[in-house]
Amino acid sequence: MKPSLIIFSLLTLALLVWGFHQAIFVAPTEATMGDIQRIFYYHVPSAFAAFACFFVNLAASLAYLKTRNARADALALASAQVGVVFCTIVLITGPLWARPVWGIWWTWDARLTSTLLLWLIYVSYLLLRRFSHAGSMPVLAAVLAVFGSVDVVFVYMSIRWFRTQHPQPVLAGEPGSGLAPEMLHAFFINLIAFSAFGALLVWVRYLLERQQQRVEELHAHAAVGGAL
Amino acid sequence: MMLLHLRLAYIATWAIHGAYLTFLAVKSTRIRRELRKLESKK
Repeated sequence: MKPSLIIFSLLTLALLVWGFHQAIFVAPTEATMGDIQRIFYYHVPSAFAAFACFFVNLAASLAYLKTRNARADALALASAQVGVVFCTIVLITGPLWARPVWGIWWTWDARLTSTLLLWLIYVSYLLLRRFSHAGSMPVLAAVLAVFGSVDVVFVYMSIRWFRTQHPQPVLAGEPGSGLAPEMLHAFFINLIAFSAFGALLVWVRYLLERQQQRVEELHAHAAVGGAL
Repeated sequence: MMLLHLRLAYIATWAIHGAYLTFLAVKSTRIRRELRKLESKK
């Protein structure tokens, strides 16, 4: 294992532990919602990490369409897979927060529906990659990723464009919106910690995919050698 | 109910990450084994 990967892993672990401590023990209890608001410190950073992964997936897919570079394809797969993991967490922690606060687990408003759609798009992307063995599969997957990324923008803007049950943006929202400084501190530590954890997972998954590509290359060589 | 849901959210988050890390570990072991086998044949 690379020393830089070990150092980054330890740093990420320390950030996650610090973030957990801040979210549970340091951040003040929200006046209206009580302790359930602390889900916010995992829910929003997970959503941010998912968006960042899907953005990397878009950049890598465009790079692959332009260059047909196997590294770009490996990065696209790695980022999409990690993005789906974080998006799954968003879709689970959201309803767990909603049930005590709204009285319902789920509602078909613009934010929730478009997030579910985003998850379905990238699960389809992963299924396409897993089960298609056609030579054109990486190109098809890259095109799907380019179209799928449009929904990331829609998810982000949905609470600004539509009247939704989902809370309005707390950061970069209407004048007067925002967080108390202690909450903001806990939030930013978790945002950095989850982003670092996402980057770490993408890095590890990318290295694995490069090894997988090497295995496939060796299999192809062996098959050609056997045929000759 | 609030504390239960808060605990469930944290447990779900780390259960999913734990499952994914396990998946990566299993996949890594499998790929390394296959790579060693193929490179020794070369």
